[in-house]
Amino acid sequence: MKKKKSSGIPLGVPTLTQKDFMSDQDVRWCPGCGDYSILAQTRRIMPELGIPQENIVFISGIGCSSRFPYYMNTYGFHTIHGRAPTIASGLKMANPDLSVWVITGDGDALSIGGNHFIHLLRRNFDINVLLFNNQIYGLTKGQYSPTSEQGKSTKSSPFGSLESPFNPISLALAAGATFVARSLDRDPEHLRSIIKFAFEHKGTSFIEIYQNCNIFNDGAFFQYTEKETKADNTVFLEHGEPLVFGKEDEKGIKLNNFQPEVTTETNDTDELIVHDQYAENTTLANFLARMSDMPEMPHPIGIFRSVQQNCYEDMMTDQIAFAKQQRGEGNLEELLNAGDTWVVE
Amino acid sequence: MRKQVEQIQAATVLFAGDSGDGSQTIGTQMTETSAIVGNDVATLPDYPAEIKAPAGSLAGVSGFQLHFSSETIHTPGDSCDVLVAMNPAALKVNIHKLKDNGILIVNSDNFARKNLRLAGYADNPLEDDTLTKYQVFPVELTTLTRRALEDTDLELSKRDLCKNFFALGMILWLYNRPMDYTIRWVKTKFSTKNPHLIEPNILALRAGNTYCEATEQFAISYEVKPAEFTPGKYRNIAGNTSTVLGLVAASHQSGLQLVYGSYPITPASDILHGLANYRNFGIVTMQMEDEIAAVGVAIGAAFSGSLGVTGSSGPGLALKSEAINLAMIAELPLVVCNIQRAGPSTGMPTKTEQADLLQMFYGRNGESPVPILAACRPTDCFDTVYEACRIAVKYRTPVIFLSELYIALGAEPWLIPNVEDLPKIEPNFQTDVDGFEPYLRDPDTLARPWAKPGTPGLEHRIGGLEKSDITGNVSYDAENHEKMVNIRAEKVKRIATEIPTTEIYGAQEGDLLVLGWGGTFGVIRTVVETKLEEGCAIGHVHLRYLNPFPSDLGEVLKRFKQVLIPELNTGHLRQLVRSEYLIDAIGVNKVQGQPFHVYELESKISKYL
Ligand SMILES: Cc1ncc(C[n+]2csc(CCOP(=O)(O)OP(=O)(O)O)c2C)c(N)n1
Ligand code: SF4
Ligand SMILES: [Mg+2]
Repeated sequence: MKKKKSSGIPLGVPTLTQKDFMSDQDVRWCPGCGDYSILAQTRRIMPELGIPQENIVFISGIGCSSRFPYYMNTYGFHTIHGRAPTIASGLKMANPDLSVWVITGDGDALSIGGNHFIHLLRRNFDINVLLFNNQIYGLTKGQYSPTSEQGKSTKSSPFGSLESPFNPISLALAAGATFVARSLDRDPEHLRSIIKFAFEHKGTSFIEIYQNCNIFNDGAFFQYTEKETKADNTVFLEHGEPLVFGKEDEKGIKLNNFQPEVTTETNDTDELIVHDQYAENTTLANFLARMSDMPEMPHPIGIFRSVQQNCYEDMMTDQIAFAKQQRGEGNLEELLNAGDTWVVE
Repeated sequence: MRKQVEQIQAATVLFAGDSGDGSQTIGTQMTETSAIVGNDVATLPDYPAEIKAPAGSLAGVSGFQLHFSSETIHTPGDSCDVLVAMNPAALKVNIHKLKDNGILIVNSDNFARKNLRLAGYADNPLEDDTLTKYQVFPVELTTLTRRALEDTDLELSKRDLCKNFFALGMILWLYNRPMDYTIRWVKTKFSTKNPHLIEPNILALRAGNTYCEATEQFAISYEVKPAEFTPGKYRNIAGNTSTVLGLVAASHQSGLQLVYGSYPITPASDILHGLANYRNFGIVTMQMEDEIAAVGVAIGAAFSGSLGVTGSSGPGLALKSEAINLAMIAELPLVVCNIQRAGPSTGMPTKTEQADLLQMFYGRNGESPVPILAACRPTDCFDTVYEACRIAVKYRTPVIFLSELYIALGAEPWLIPNVEDLPKIEPNFQTDVDGFEPYLRDPDTLARPWAKPGTPGLEHRIGGLEKSDITGNVSYDAENHEKMVNIRAEKVKRIATEIPTTEIYGAQEGDLLVLGWGGTFGVIRTVVETKLEEGCAIGHVHLRYLNPFPSDLGEVLKRFKQVLIPELNTGHLRQLVRSEYLIDAIGVNKVQGQPFHVYELESKISKYL
């Protein structure tokens, strides 16, 4: 994994513990909700990032997931439905030294905030986005969401939903995201490591987290998260490693006529697809992303893509510095008196 | 032989043509020169809705009206002394604005059958008797411009584009104005990208000037002496530029970085364009994906401790309302500029109106008090938007700054302020950790602390859920909610304790008070001046602060037998004043996308005197 970090986020304040990141507010999710684990992993990993609490800001939209900032003892802003990316962008632009985290849900990011979401990714602010995907609208008590499977029966779709779902990873890649990953609420270790990688990536880091809503969509991801089925239904992406999965890594994924195919001949590693998360070209990442739309293929978990590109806030800062160098620091007196003027005695 | 020069007090000139004919350019140049030679000026550009409507069509006519005077003036003039019509369509659209016996200059080269037909003329008006009440000067502008540029290297097709400068040369002659300022402007304008256009435009300008001097067509020219101005240094300024400078000044004086989020929309885009040039002032402009994102970045910037500003027009304001409400409950400074245009919906984007006032008051869910300030003329945009920034920062609240197309695009001379005289804007960031509570208020202003991320020990969470008094924690407590609603309202009300009391122009009590806001200032003042000269007991109050109203307004209104409220809407301020002060204010209303004419308002006002 490439290490950064050229941004001004001050590093190196040690001695914080996860307790330091716990706010005094009671956590109010339903017992058993996957959000608890994501909160716990975030609190646990924060001290390892080495930044002081005062330089961290969590910004969320609206939804169960978006309550998150209240529970972190950092700066936080629980904003309005779908708009967290815009507020986070303004914040990061105005103060690039802050470590900015967007917390969002599948409805928040992909329905009402879909437009902001794609534009955030293409601008590549150095912001981390954690999308809690529970394939349902939790807070409004269980309507289908833009990631719900077609035909899903919910309160608002008693005869089954008509819409085919977004694949958030494909969407993010199409929007030009420079860091795209997927993790699981029920795999704490993996989740922590991905959060840390996301932080270390300079540019917008997007993590789709499969999150169980045990009230309105219980078990939506169990085949990928539970012991009995996980190994056969997921493939963990490791940079430079062939794609193998199964309890004993006995299965691999190879290309057949531009289509992924499961093979059991894993000894012949030349045949298997080898992951390259640093590829500038998004072909492989797109291909892997689409595997989760194929029922016969395992869902890839891990980092799909991680590439370096300029960040909006740095380019803006450079433009400002350049303008100052070219024209000199702005002088208000001169500005007001610019152009054709005349004096009345 | 020297031609005769006649002294006149004022003149109104209207340049009109196809949108590609450059009427705006020469209108602006004539304005600059008139202002620099010392006249008071007021302008009214009138753009077509389409960028490129079919050439020669009525829909494609673009106009620029300029009023200049040796006396103080407040409006671009009801009717014109001179109309320059570059084609039949421009003539058709504007001829009714020309005074009887007014000067009509037409480009006779454009009066061929096709253009006549496009303008809906069955016969050539230059050849029948339809124009007999005017002084008609048919001039072969195209032919003469081509002739003047014969010796240049400019491609033939481009030569015709210089004919507006020929026309300008004529008008400069007609009013005895120097060409120097225009020549200097042409040189700077084209120096970097199109130096080959400098000479041809200057040649055309000079040719137009000489044409009038040399031919017998024009016997008389006119002179308008300088007006009396308060001593000082002046420049000519349009409302949107004035808004831009006001924002830059507020950022500079407060020491807060300006972050301006916007999405292009007529007539607010010029503010984005203007600010985008001032990176050397540390100004960040962000052209976002929509108006919601634009206000979002401004709120994010405000949270970080910057001066967050967003700007749009009515349709954009509709989109921003949820986010403005967020800034309101989060109690963050935010300035929202609404450069109004004619609605509803997309309405008439290039026309003026004042019909967003109630939207600004009430267009948000829940109890959502937001201070509202309106500029009344181009130069006033500077002071008003500056004041909006000051209030936003001091009271930690979104503030709406209202302007409107008429003053945003109109221009007038501006007495350049001294930087030292600008009011102080003090961010007063919270840094003290002891006793910090996110919603603990300043006892005077009720403002909460502005504790920016990055400050150690002040980590806190804000948001759109109801806040508990003092701690700012989420609260569903019934009593607390009511308390917070009242506090937020009271905070806005308290602004009235520090704003200037009502200034009445003219009679301090008496028969009629004319109460206005926004861009109707000029017309109202002009009419009230006339009526005062006639000896009427009439006064004029023009409100900059619409929320809250000045604390003495109710008392002032009661000093007059009647209160008349002219507005370019169906009666928004009237409704507010009636409900607030229980007085039977009378409305004068116009919703045609056009400002009031002086004569219109005068006849309405006369009825009540
Ligand atoms: C403008 C607006 N429209 C609708 C809502 C109601 N609303 C709140 S959260 C939500 C959906 C949340 O779903 P998701 O983003 O998936 O979050 P989850 O609750 O599942 O974590 C909706 C529709 C709102 N708060 N604001
Ligand atoms: S509704 Fe679902 S997502 Fe929301 S808190 Fe309960 S379990 Fe979690
Ligand atoms: Mg959801």
